[in-house]
Amino acid sequence: MTGSFDILIVGVGGQGTILASNVLGEACLIEGRHVAGAETHGMAQRGGSVESHIRIDAAGGPLISPGTADLLIAFDLLEALRYRHFLAPGGVMVAAEQIIVPTPVFQQKLAIPTPEAIIERLGGIELCRVDAAALAVEAGSILAQNIVMLGAASGFMPLAAGSLIKAVMRCVPPKTVAINVAAFEKGMDAGEACRTA
Amino acid sequence: MLGNEGIAHACLEANIDFASGYPGTPSSEVIDTLRVQQERRLYVEWSVNEKVAFENALAAAWCGLRALVTMKHVGLNVAADPLMTSAYTGVTGGFVILAADDPFAHSSQNEQDSRRYAHFARIPCLDPASVQEAHDMIAGAFSLSEEVGLPVMVRPTTRICHSKSDVALGPAGTEHREGQFHRDPKQYVVIPAHTRVLHTKLNAKQRDLAVRLVELGFNTADVRGKIAVIASGIAAAYVSEVIPEDVSVATIGAYPIDEEWLAAFVRQHDAVVVVEELDPVVEEVVRQVAGDIPVSGKKNGYAPREGELNPAAVAGILARAGVLAESGFPAPEPVPDLPPRPPILCAGCMHRAAFYAIKKAFPDAVYPSDIGCYTLGLQLGVVDTTICMGASITVASGIAHSGEPRDVVCTIGDSTFLHTGIQGLMNAVYNGATMTVVILDNRITAMTGHQPNPTTGQTACGVESVPVSLDAICRACGVSFVETVDPYDLTATIECLKVARGTAGVKVVIAKQPCVISARRAGVKRKAFAVDADACTGCRACVRFGCPAIEFADEKAYITDLCAGCGVCAEICPAGAISVEVKQ
Repeated sequence: MTGSFDILIVGVGGQGTILASNVLGEACLIEGRHVAGAETHGMAQRGGSVESHIRIDAAGGPLISPGTADLLIAFDLLEALRYRHFLAPGGVMVAAEQIIVPTPVFQQKLAIPTPEAIIERLGGIELCRVDAAALAVEAGSILAQNIVMLGAASGFMPLAAGSLIKAVMRCVPPKTVAINVAAFEKGMDAGEACRTA
Repeated sequence: MLGNEGIAHACLEANIDFASGYPGTPSSEVIDTLRVQQERRLYVEWSVNEKVAFENALAAAWCGLRALVTMKHVGLNVAADPLMTSAYTGVTGGFVILAADDPFAHSSQNEQDSRRYAHFARIPCLDPASVQEAHDMIAGAFSLSEEVGLPVMVRPTTRICHSKSDVALGPAGTEHREGQFHRDPKQYVVIPAHTRVLHTKLNAKQRDLAVRLVELGFNTADVRGKIAVIASGIAAAYVSEVIPEDVSVATIGAYPIDEEWLAAFVRQHDAVVVVEELDPVVEEVVRQVAGDIPVSGKKNGYAPREGELNPAAVAGILARAGVLAESGFPAPEPVPDLPPRPPILCAGCMHRAAFYAIKKAFPDAVYPSDIGCYTLGLQLGVVDTTICMGASITVASGIAHSGEPRDVVCTIGDSTFLHTGIQGLMNAVYNGATMTVVILDNRITAMTGHQPNPTTGQTACGVESVPVSLDAICRACGVSFVETVDPYDLTATIECLKVARGTAGVKVVIAKQPCVISARRAGVKRKAFAVDADACTGCRACVRFGCPAIEFADEKAYITDLCAGCGVCAEICPAGAISVEVKQ
């Protein structure tokens, strides 16, 4: 409604959604663009479902309303489905292949959702699936999945890849810069494959 | 940067000398930023509770310093006693009370509106609409406090504190003050003869104060048509996204509202809509001055009294009020019937082990609990009540005295015990309750972001301090049964709790083990555990334990790489199928 580009990052507490939104914010600063966002802190971080809102060129508040996100980046396929209704008509979803099964599913013997079932329920949207875990391991650390996902989504957002890579270098711990830059690039290739497919 | 970081930096720019607080989401990162920054020298402390924090900062302001106290909205209840009378005494140095509200109760036990407290105490309250505005208001808050001689409340909400935005910062201030207390009993000793005079003076300030807030630009109005929207705090940002150009707008960023100024604005319109989160604080004033002009908002049901707003919700309010023809936002429904993903205790968390032991030793008891990560013990069936900080012990003694025949076992964290638990324990002993208190002692205030407390052994700024002895405190309260156990040693913990169960009076069991997150950060490494698939009988005993590192497939349990190596599941497994993982 305000001409902003709205990105929702969703995942499981501990997967690095806050670091990922920091990278996007830093990239906006590098490009001199106004950015507003909101994120989950406190108790919900303990393995719960988490969301980060990032609004590039935003003129108003930090929150994205349901049905208006231009891009949804999901670090977990089940969370992709949980937040699917935030996506605008014509919006793009970039989602990791894997599912962290919520612990209550085991405790209460609930049915474990399969990736196939989830993808079917996501419906007809533009979906880019990324094997974030495998690419992160290739880059040197399973912990770099969040940066893989940013790389994969980078082609779908109005920020230059160079700004994002510079932002990654500024935001991640110094010892992990090389791994994370590699993770970002591997993600970029995966995203590129989605866009040309 | 994070809203709270912006607020903290603004304090540095405003030449802050003194900061105190008690952690509470969404306020915690203000002190957490101030205590590690290197830009400016100032005194910073994490206090043991909000009342203590408030009185420390108030005293510093009495000595002429610029002082800040931070807390979450419910913390203000704890600090309400000094708050109410500090408005009478006033201050000489600038005194800013940061009370962070949490609409939608993202991480809170209620949705109370701190603007009511400012009104109750008759002090000014600033209510920012954005991270930049929150930053910019801080300098104004300190100077306003000095100008009018009153504490000034700044009331950001979760979507300010935990918002991120680019913020234009200034340089850290270089003025430093040394405190000096000037004796003045008529101001600082509130005996009846003094306080009656002080109350009259406080009331006399109100009219000029309201006018001054308009002069300072905190409250603004823009006449653009015959219909007006009046918005406060972050709701004003959402309104700006959806309001048509021919609709007037007034933004309320500060209280008390100048009623004459507001009436002059309202009377230029045929209808007014008020948009604000939580209580109808602005709306009540608008209705007082509106006369025959129709006012929409919460009182006619167009806007909710609870939860938080967003642009779509605001558009909905404006559509119901006829300001917009339609909301213009889609209303998609979430996908139904997904497995829930609630927050959960970490793999290796000591609380889970302690709760498991409690359930074994007291299978049929009443379990009052308290505020902290361990409130998540709800999922394990060992949390029956949670109301406010420190209320586990008092609720337990009340239940014990009520005639309830079952055992009463309450749980409380180390920081919460020091916050407001001790008085309840003393009271329970004094009045002869029969109950068991389990102090879940992980040496840190974990849930709010691992702030140190008096059990940790260091201050907010990292200076070494003598860790308080919880054992000695309990004994000093008159408890003779005080035992400390390692909850990772399940057998010993259950045994100790059983002895407590068979002992009369108030018993305290201190379950002590560092928070698994802080232990990992401190370099503690434990070997991961694994399930021997051949030995696993698929009984699910470990799965019911609820550890996120334990999964179950094809009738066998297995342990994922989340395992922190606490080893408690190995003690639980009836088949002896879990042991330290042997790497191939």
